[in-house]
This record gives sequence, C-alpha cells and structure tokens, in this order.
Amino acid sequence: METTKRLHAVGAEFDSARTLYHAAEHIRDEGYKRWDVHSPFPIHGMDKAMGLRKSIISILVFAGGVFGALTAFALQTYTSIIDYPLVVQGKPTNLYTIPAFFPIIFELTVLFAALTAVVGMIVINRLPRWNHPLFNWELFGKVTDNGFFAVIEAKDPQFDEAAVRQLLEAQGGRNVTAIYDEDQ
Amino acid sequence: MANAATADSQANPLEHTPLVTSNRSMKWITDRVCGITEQRAPFWWYAAVGITGVLAAICFLLVAYLISTGVGVWGLNNPVFWAWDITNFVFWIGIGHAGTLISAILFLTRQKWRTSINRAAEAMTIFAVMCAGIFPAVHVGRFWMVWFLAPVPNSNAIWQNFRSPLLWDVFAVSTYFTVSLMFWYVGLIPDLATLRDRATNKISKFCYGLFALGWRGGNRQWHHYEMAYLLLAGLSTPLVLSVHTIVSFDFATSVIPGWHTTIFPPYFVAGAIFGGFAMVLTLMLPVRAIFKLHDLITTRHIDVMCKIVLLTGSIVGYAYIMEFFIAWYSGNPFEQWAFLRNRIAAPFFGWFAWVPGGFGDWAKWVASDPAPYWPAYWAMMFCNVIAPQLFWIKKFRRNAVLAWCVVMFPNMGMWFERFVIIVTSIHRDFLPASWGMFYPTWVDIWTFIGTIGFFCCLFLLFMRFLPMIAISEVKGVLPEADPHYGEHDDEDDEALSASKEHKEGASSVKGGAD
Repeated sequence: METTKRLHAVGAEFDSARTLYHAAEHIRDEGYKRWDVHSPFPIHGMDKAMGLRKSIISILVFAGGVFGALTAFALQTYTSIIDYPLVVQGKPTNLYTIPAFFPIIFELTVLFAALTAVVGMIVINRLPRWNHPLFNWELFGKVTDNGFFAVIEAKDPQFDEAAVRQLLEAQGGRNVTAIYDEDQ
Repeated sequence: MANAATADSQANPLEHTPLVTSNRSMKWITDRVCGITEQRAPFWWYAAVGITGVLAAICFLLVAYLISTGVGVWGLNNPVFWAWDITNFVFWIGIGHAGTLISAILFLTRQKWRTSINRAAEAMTIFAVMCAGIFPAVHVGRFWMVWFLAPVPNSNAIWQNFRSPLLWDVFAVSTYFTVSLMFWYVGLIPDLATLRDRATNKISKFCYGLFALGWRGGNRQWHHYEMAYLLLAGLSTPLVLSVHTIVSFDFATSVIPGWHTTIFPPYFVAGAIFGGFAMVLTLMLPVRAIFKLHDLITTRHIDVMCKIVLLTGSIVGYAYIMEFFIAWYSGNPFEQWAFLRNRIAAPFFGWFAWVPGGFGDWAKWVASDPAPYWPAYWAMMFCNVIAPQLFWIKKFRRNAVLAWCVVMFPNMGMWFERFVIIVTSIHRDFLPASWGMFYPTWVDIWTFIGTIGFFCCLFLLFMRFLPMIAISEVKGVLPEADPHYGEHDDEDDEALSASKEHKEGASSVKGGAD
C-alpha cells in the first residue's frame, strides 16, 4: 500500500537549556500556538517562557479530594448510623460518633485526590500514546538523554515552513528538520 | 583559583559541595545509571537473588503452613495474642516511612539533595509495605475471611466497626501502599522513557516502552507532570504522618499499661523515620560502592542522612525517657509497675548497690526481680539511643564503612522497640493469674527471616531492571540545567561574580602575606 507523507511539524535541536529557553520566549512572542519544547528534565521557568497558564490539575485534585471525603463520610454514616447501628464499648451511634470517622475520611480524601492527580496527569497529557510522529525523527531519541528540541506543528494557524525554519535557525537551532506523519 | 575555591569550601562548613561532583555531564549520568540495567548482571547478583529468593519462598511456604494449620504454629498464647507478627508489621511499615519522607517532605522543603536517593528509597518503601502487609493479613487466622475488612455487604448484614483503630489501619495502610506506588511510578515515567530510547533488544524496548506510556518530554507534558508530582508530594506528606499515627492508635486507644500512652503518635512517627533512614543507608551504601555512584551519592548525602538518624534517634530517646516520667508522674500504680517491672528492671542494677543515699537500696530492690524481657529492652535502649550518638563525630558520618556499621544498630533496635512495646505490655498486665511468657517458634523466626529475604530479593530485582537513581531529576539539579546558566546580566550573577572577585582578592592578599 502506498503511504503518503504529511508534514507534521518542523523541529530543531538546541545545545542547552539556556538556548532553548530563549528560543521559547521568541516563539511565544511570534504568536505561535501549536508548538512545544522537549527536554530531558523540566526546565525551571519554561512555563512562563512558553506563556502557559497554571495547570488545571490542581483544581481536579481538589475536586477529587472533596469527593473522597464525602464518599468516606457517606459510607461510614450510612453503615454505622443508619443501616445497622452497632453499639461497641457503649459508644454512641449517632452524629456524636462522627469524630471517630475522621481518620478514614482523611485517608479516602488522600486516596481519591492522589488517584485524580495521576489519572488526570496521564489523561491531560494524552498518554498513553505509544506512536507519535516525533519518534520518526532519528535525533529525537536524545530527548531523554541530553537533547533539547523545539517543535512547531504544521497545524499552527501561523505555520509557514520557510518562516519557521528561519525562526528556529535564528534562535540557534541546529539540524532543522521537517517531521512527517506517515498516513495511509 | 580552583584550589583556593576547594580550600574555601572545606574551610567554610556553610558552603555546600555541589550535588553532583566531578562536573559530570548529562550524558554521563544517563550512561552510568542506565548502564547498571544494561550490562550483564554480575555473578554475585545471581547468587544474591538465589539466596534471597529461597528465603522469600520459605516465608510464603510458612504462611501457607500457618493458614492451613492455624495461628498456633506461631508462639502466640493467652495472654500474648500479638507478638512477632505485629512486631514485624510495625517494623516493616516503619521502614517504609523514610522513603516517603525523602520523596515527599524533602521535595516540599526544596531539599535538592534528595534527587539521587529518592528513587531507591521509594522502592524500599513499597517493598517494606509489601512485607508489612503479609502479617496483619495472615495473623487473623482464618485468612479466607479477610474480605470482612472491606466494607462490602455480607450475609450477616453487619458492617465493619468504623470506630475501631484496627479498621482505620486497614484503610491507612492500603491507601499508603497505593499512593506510594503511584508516586513512585509517576517519578519513573521519564526514566523509563530514557531506558526505552536506549534499549537495543526488542523485549526490553517493548517493556520499557509500554510503561513509559509514550513519554516525549515536551514542556506541555512536564507542565502537568510537575503539578501532579507536587500535589502527590503534598498529599503524601500528611499521609505518611497519619499512617504511623494510626498504627500507634492500635495500641494507644487500648487500656493496657504501656500501650495507653498519648505520646505514641509522634513517638511512632519519629521512630519510623529513624528506622527507615537507617535502612536507606544500609541499602544505599553498598549500592554506591558496588556501582561506583560516588559522584551522585556524595559524602554530603551520607552526612546529611546520618544527621537525620541522629536527630530522630534523639527524639526517640526523649520519648523513651518521657514515657517513664509520665508513668511515674501519673501516680498510676499499674503504669509505674509496667514500666519498672516489665521493662527496665535488669540484674545489672545490682552493680549500683554500693551507691549511698537510698539509691543503692533501690537499685538492689529493682535488681531482685528483673523484667523477664530485660535484654530486649536494654538492647533497644542501646541500639536506638546510645549507638546513634556516634554520629555527633564527623568521622562516623563521612566514612561510609563506619556509617554503615553504626546504622546496623537502629535496624536491630527498632525491631526490639516494637517487640518491647507489644510483648512486654501484654505478657503481664492487671491480673497476675493471667500472666504468661511468649517464646517464638521456628515458624515465627523463619517467617521473619523470610520477609527479609523477600525484601532484599525485590530490591535486587529493582536494581537490575529499573533506574535506581532518578535520572531526570538529577539532571535538573545540574548547574547547566538552569536556563540562566552562564549569563552575567542579572543581579544574582553580578553579586556572585562580585563575591568571587572578593574572594580572589582575599586569597591573593593572603598569598602576598605568605
């Protein structure tokens, strides 16, 4: 079967976190929207250099924690006070018994919040995704070792291959490469 | 100038050596850490896995023997219904706490030195909690009824007693295990991607690739990743404190003298961190020597960890003494008796019979009726309170061999601590008619040794197949990871270079004077 190649993005390699950081500032200022920088570790301050807003995960985690607390409260109140009040050691089975529920309320708050953080991070990052056009780029294997890359996607409304190449090169990008998406 | 700088950093204790020494590059870090998993395993590794694997198998066979026969195969009796099983449970769960402390609390407090030890410490946490989980699960006797602990409807229509600390414990430990595992895995994702990109054979490429989830290291990913990691650290911090607090509630909410103590929650947490750091050092010092990781796990790391052992050991010592003070001060005769006659009374008090002023007579009286388990008590006191005081001496903190020898004492001492708390309190309580002694059987002993084998076996497998050091995090603390590295246009750098010039001037003046 014939495969037609569709341009996915144009990427360039940078020699350090510093040059990548400044390149990101320029790409941001040029007004590009669909682009990313890739590095072996999170670069301090890069979110600001790229103009990213605060991650939404903190809000999701708060909601997960509240849900966990309510679940634990409902579970314990229903089973111990409403469904089958069990008198143990003369302790009351009414609303006054709620302080004894706090440890499990705390534990389930943490459990649900942590699950939200992990699942939320994976889903928002659109993972797992085992195939990606970037993996076709031979140089890109260095991204988990010592490579620093900036990639501007063809889907960007402002995308123009020549202009993008020029921008990346002007910022010190080496090995500017067109990356293709293999499409049937 | 370079010589002057190193001389200065030695002279000035406030100036830190870098976290990664010898100016190692990112490539070097990747190669060194991944190399451990990529090279052929040395012979000793196979031998060690074989031995520890056999011990782990013994543990599980004995658990099967226990389940098929009954808890009587352990030395449990009336009145000692809890002995080595719960001792081992608290011992192992406590060891886990240092891993979470390193990964969560030190992360929140921006202690960057944690990066080179957190991965292994977190792995240790998970393996220790796995060992811990065996005991409460099987000590119930009818193992197939364990599901009664879960709040699912059953044919008796009775629910769990949510006001019992034992049920709180079930929730605390299972939450702790789940969250620790997720925290560890999230930290591993970028490093699994590193192994994936380096893998040369199909099977390892597939396995690492599968668990790396297709990580690409894009900043739009890091952005959410870092937030999730920060939140997990923030959630794990109160969680780890709550877990040992709730474990201590198992005892503190009872009425047994020796257990009924309000100091237990902070005392248990400090003890857990103490025992856990001792175990981190026990594992990391040989690993560092074997795999030549001296530039990543530097002398400074060992020094700092030894100081934490010293600090928490002293807190534990304070708690031991405070327990006595409160027992005496409470005026409760049962409490006073339990601490004197079940714990401290030892024959060697007789050595002080000569002391005048009433103390000699008191010492003689104490020695006349020693506590049956006095060796366990005094072993605990020596190992946990006295031995770690050696870390006041710099040489013991900076010499890996000496430090390793010293931390063996807390490893043993923390096991004795739990044994002392649990067994000495219940073997002789209010009613002398129901007093009795506990002696471990061979099943007790080999189950415990078996869990040590299980723990070590898991750690050996971890060393072989996963990156033992958090590669991406260590790269992040290198000087060149700073996006402003080498720029001299901002104020901080100006101040830095100014101070450098100042120093240069000072050393040249010194040189002139010489």
